[in-house]
Amino acid sequence: MRYSEFLRGVITTAEKDVKIYYKKPPVIIFGLLFPFLMFLAFYIGRKVELSLFFPGFLAMTLFFTSSSVGPLVTPWERQAGTYERLLSYPVNIKAVLMGDILAGSVFGIAISSVVLVGSLFFINMQIVNVGMLLASILMGAVAFSSLGVLISAPATTSPSSIMMLSSLIRFPLIFISGIFIPLSQMKGVIKYMSYISPLTYLVDSFHSGIGGKNVLPTGIGILALLIFSGLFLLLAIKIHKRNMVKGL
Amino acid sequence: MTVAVEASDLSKTFGDVEAVKDVSFKVGKGEFFGFLGPNGAGKTTTIRMLTGLITPDSGKALIDGIDPQKDPIHAKMKMGIIPEFGNIYVDLTAKENLHLAGKFYGMSKKEREKRASELLQILKLKGRENDAVRNFSKGMKQRVNIGCAIIHEPPVLFLDEPTSGLDVQSKRLVVDIVTEMKEKGSTIFLTTHNIQEANELCERVGIIHEGDLVAIDSPERLRNTFDKTQSIEVSIEGEFDIDMLHNDHVNKIERSGDKLTIFTDHPDVTVKRLVKLTDEEDLKILSLRTQGPSLEEAFVRLTGDNE
Repeated sequence: MRYSEFLRGVITTAEKDVKIYYKKPPVIIFGLLFPFLMFLAFYIGRKVELSLFFPGFLAMTLFFTSSSVGPLVTPWERQAGTYERLLSYPVNIKAVLMGDILAGSVFGIAISSVVLVGSLFFINMQIVNVGMLLASILMGAVAFSSLGVLISAPATTSPSSIMMLSSLIRFPLIFISGIFIPLSQMKGVIKYMSYISPLTYLVDSFHSGIGGKNVLPTGIGILALLIFSGLFLLLAIKIHKRNMVKGL
Repeated sequence: MTVAVEASDLSKTFGDVEAVKDVSFKVGKGEFFGFLGPNGAGKTTTIRMLTGLITPDSGKALIDGIDPQKDPIHAKMKMGIIPEFGNIYVDLTAKENLHLAGKFYGMSKKEREKRASELLQILKLKGRENDAVRNFSKGMKQRVNIGCAIIHEPPVLFLDEPTSGLDVQSKRLVVDIVTEMKEKGSTIFLTTHNIQEANELCERVGIIHEGDLVAIDSPERLRNTFDKTQSIEVSIEGEFDIDMLHNDHVNKIERSGDKLTIFTDHPDVTVKRLVKLTDEEDLKILSLRTQGPSLEEAFVRLTGDNE
């Protein structure tokens, strides 16, 4: 298969996702409302400096938005009976999944960028490394949308089952990733657990870009997100391929 | 014969079930080929292997000389596929669905605009092209589905039960579109359990039963394979005992509405006796016609009366 044909499959799949799935209620609820509500729940009433809390909030927004499209697409298509129609087009499963990842990433980047730019007017924060901040947004979006696509891999035709699984995986991650308890204050088992969460590396990378108070060496977060992205993508391709026939 | 679709010893097993067993056949370029079988016979599995959607356990398929397992993208570019359970996107409009399909097939915007406009006219969807498909009837949805499959004017068209559950008008339109594609030179591969449809449309039919290809020939030749079974369709006015119509040459009698179908190996003798009997019993024959062996009969014989 030529590179241009593969790319055409990826872009057309992503366009289809944007047109159909961005407006679906689970994407709006889990992608937009949840990070906002989580922010309110954990910020209001606590004496936390907003500029210090912001990198964690931005990471949480990117995490929820980027990973909200992926879990929905494949189960929805299986349920609606469009999955076989999609796979009957000249496109392979890798291009379809990468298209879903692209759609999730664009959604995450767009919403997070609006939050970031909007917040610059209200919060007194210092962006010390623009390149690191932009690279973190990009890599975080790819890693979390890949995670979303991986979550959609089980052979089910019920989007609600996958959204439940998605919540079961995503919610614990926000508590061990340095959003509400800074990574520098974590101790023991929790600290070790935090290193298995990709969100930890995004939060630290955002601290590196905003305020410059990162714990891990600069660049490690980006590298870790790159590794997580590759891992999630490979696993997603493997499991989706295995379950493809069951979804037809 | 220039071959458009070739299956060589295709086999597929799901768990303990052998869905398709060493199926081999060739379909010529421009041919209208029907693939018949009862539900669960292996039709859809075969079509999915031919179109590269599932990988056969053994054997090989070729579409216009391209192996869909090795080069699925180029093989799919040669085909239009109307899957049995493949729906279109109901959140999109008819026009958006056609454009989406065109994009997947690598058509330029200009080509898509021109072809989508033509298709909307042919599919009798002009005026509804900007309506979300969710508001369409089943027949209209199937027309959009067909439009998505033929937007790139494929040389080979696969249709899996395309008229199943459609109203008469939509069914007629689907048949007309497919017939026109065939006249333009496309190869048509139709799976169906509608024998009448296969009989009318197909130049050759293959019959699959429990994963085995049990027959492959023209409908006419298949009918004649079972030339012993002919039937007489008769409608009789008045009260009578159906058993009185039985004789040594009558194999069975079936009632359908106000008509009886008498299966016989000697229509001449049976008709004469029938006329004599109705005369003696003072019954009135409203209609009577003899029928040759049908493709349905061949199908039922080959598939063990499973339909």
